[in-house]
Amino acid sequence: MGGYSLRAVALALGLGLVWAFGAAAQGQAPQLSQSTTDHSKLKELQKDFASGPEVTAACLSCHTEAATQVKHSIHWKWEFENPSTGQILGKSHVVNSFCGTVASNEARCTSCHTGYGWTDMSAPPPSEASAVDCLVCHDTSGQYTKLDSAAGHPPLEAKGKTITGADAWAVDLKKAAQSVGAPGRENCGSCHFYGGGGDNVKHGDLSSALFHPGLDVDVHMSAEGENFTCSTCHHSDRHIFAGSRYDVHAMDTEGTGKPGQIRQDVATCESCHGTAPHKALSVTGMKLNDHVDRIACQTCHIPSFARGGVATKTGWDWSTAGRMDADGKPAHEENYVQGDGKALHTYLATKGDFEWGENVVPHYAWFNGQVEYTLTDKVIDPTQVVEINRIEGSPDDGRSRIWPFKRMEGRQAYDAGLNHLAYANVWGPTTDTAYWTNFDWAKAIEAGMAAAGKEYSGQYGFVDTHMYWPITHMVAPASDAVDCRECHAPQGRMAGIAGVYLPGSNPTSPGALIGIAFFLAMASGVLLHTVLRIITRGGKGGKTHD
Amino acid sequence: MTDDAVKPPAPFERGLTPCPDCAEREVLIYPRFERLWHWSQAGSIVILMFTGLGMNGVHGLISFELAVRLHTIVALALLLLWVFATFWLVTTGSWKVFLPRVLGLFAVARYYAYGVFKGEHHPYQKSLAQRLNPLQALAYSALKTVVFPLVWGTGLVYLTYNFWETLPNAPFLLEVVANIHLAVAYIVSGFVILHIYLLTIGHSFRDGVRPMITGTEKVALTPEQEAYLERHETWRLVD
Repeated sequence: MGGYSLRAVALALGLGLVWAFGAAAQGQAPQLSQSTTDHSKLKELQKDFASGPEVTAACLSCHTEAATQVKHSIHWKWEFENPSTGQILGKSHVVNSFCGTVASNEARCTSCHTGYGWTDMSAPPPSEASAVDCLVCHDTSGQYTKLDSAAGHPPLEAKGKTITGADAWAVDLKKAAQSVGAPGRENCGSCHFYGGGGDNVKHGDLSSALFHPGLDVDVHMSAEGENFTCSTCHHSDRHIFAGSRYDVHAMDTEGTGKPGQIRQDVATCESCHGTAPHKALSVTGMKLNDHVDRIACQTCHIPSFARGGVATKTGWDWSTAGRMDADGKPAHEENYVQGDGKALHTYLATKGDFEWGENVVPHYAWFNGQVEYTLTDKVIDPTQVVEINRIEGSPDDGRSRIWPFKRMEGRQAYDAGLNHLAYANVWGPTTDTAYWTNFDWAKAIEAGMAAAGKEYSGQYGFVDTHMYWPITHMVAPASDAVDCRECHAPQGRMAGIAGVYLPGSNPTSPGALIGIAFFLAMASGVLLHTVLRIITRGGKGGKTHD
Repeated sequence: MTDDAVKPPAPFERGLTPCPDCAEREVLIYPRFERLWHWSQAGSIVILMFTGLGMNGVHGLISFELAVRLHTIVALALLLLWVFATFWLVTTGSWKVFLPRVLGLFAVARYYAYGVFKGEHHPYQKSLAQRLNPLQALAYSALKTVVFPLVWGTGLVYLTYNFWETLPNAPFLLEVVANIHLAVAYIVSGFVILHIYLLTIGHSFRDGVRPMITGTEKVALTPEQEAYLERHETWRLVD
């Protein structure tokens, strides 16, 4: 016994030594770069750049096709021709219920363009190859940014604000150029998390909370979870990314693709998780797998949006804008404090009244991936709520599923003579038309319509609008998925959704009522019989079979 | 169970006339499998009722997920038990006790509707081969041929929705199936109430339940049956 334990100790010691040497050997090995190029060693980048386009020119001297690729993307064109409806969409064309339209507000809106100097929406983006902004997506130094109103150019001195609303700093372009790499979430997030003019204003499921989310906020992006970047799912090919809101893969029956293949063509949940993602050998798993043809993954797995302490704007009433305070200054109110402690505007003279929401339960609707936009040439009925982007889909078309949406409730300007949604010139610090400078709707709308080249009757009004944003980020841990009973209950989350039978949603369905009637008849028969037996004293005293 | 098949049962054996020379003996009449079957079925029905009501939104005492899981597993287990029970009934010939019969039906119905209030005796005398009175036999046969098949039939169709969801109007058909399932399930629960209530008639509730636990009950035996049991199946005779 003693000899045995001695041998064990010796063996353990020996193994320990081998391990220690191995570890030491590993420590001595040179740190290998993942990339085959260290950009800080390239002579093209060993200089002080005076502007963004100069950096781009340096990039293109090696990456000869990069600008051409970018120029074919929606990131560049802000234009998307919907293959199903033929509608010409994209930021350069659509009206939304936030700041409205880009036309006449260019330098402010194009601050997030992946290029430099697009100052006129009636023309395509600048044609020079060096107008492409490589750094906004590829900087990894973390100190590259863009000014909020300079048509995409970076701040070269500490003046003004950046696209995330921070005080600007002088960007070190050389450092940024030498740092380039694959896009991280900071790159995508600096624009996409701040859509609509502020943190999480627009989408509801894309906020600065996703820079460092807890597992409960986003299982894919949390460092405690998968620590994905955006492009882990949003694959790109030739600078064109999968997963567009204008043409959504509402149902993916292809799943993970062939063995050994990683699908690069879509950003769907199914492309990784397959089409039967729940445990196949349990009753619950089988039942859940039965749901996937009718219910989008997001519907159960994103129980609410705007999680993680950052609220989203859920209502925006432009019609109340323009109020001045007692001193004649533009009024403002900050009556909403979001989860992370930050107070948010609930009124601004420039913009009107806002409503905010956190942990918002989505709006649900059948969705086949298509969205029909109410473009400015469409006649609207101002007595009804106008759907800015009507969600297409039905239970019967075989390609729709029930999806979660953020429903933005707006009240915004329209042409009251022609009944069209209106363009408005809101931004323009030096113009006499911009609403944010002059607080005059008549001028602002006239200027907006003129900039867009649209006919305008000269009369304006405000119309209630709904705008829908598919919810697909902020996937919660499975344990936080929507409980069955949230839908399988009277007045549950699916109340109002037609074309699907939902067990438990109606305890007094015709079948139940018929059954209950029978049951009550039988039960009251028993009751009556009992009462009669008691009255006649025949019951308990009843004789046995004997 | 016995060799009655050889000759047709005598009138008293069908509960029509009192058996003049019969002896009342405590005899094993519910074999172990039948008792197991009965109580498994009873337990299953209670679980199915409870989970079914929960799923239907009548109560929230159990999570929907657990309710679905229990309802599905218990229902499938019960179906399996019914397969075994059907095999048992067919091979042992005991299915015949469930055959509805008209003779004596009126007397039993009259007893429940009238006689019981007058303190009359129960008109039916259980025999070795026929432990069910005509009304019971009628009720059970309706239950076994109409009500239960409707429940498990619609249940299976309901459960296998994903195999037929591509039919036109599938969601509507599912709703119809679910409503039938629900209606019949309520009727089954009405039957459970009746079933339990009837145990209180004619004897104490305990006396009514006891045979399904011990398996033995007092039945009328002809001298021949008695002699046969004394000679060959003493284990069926308790006293």
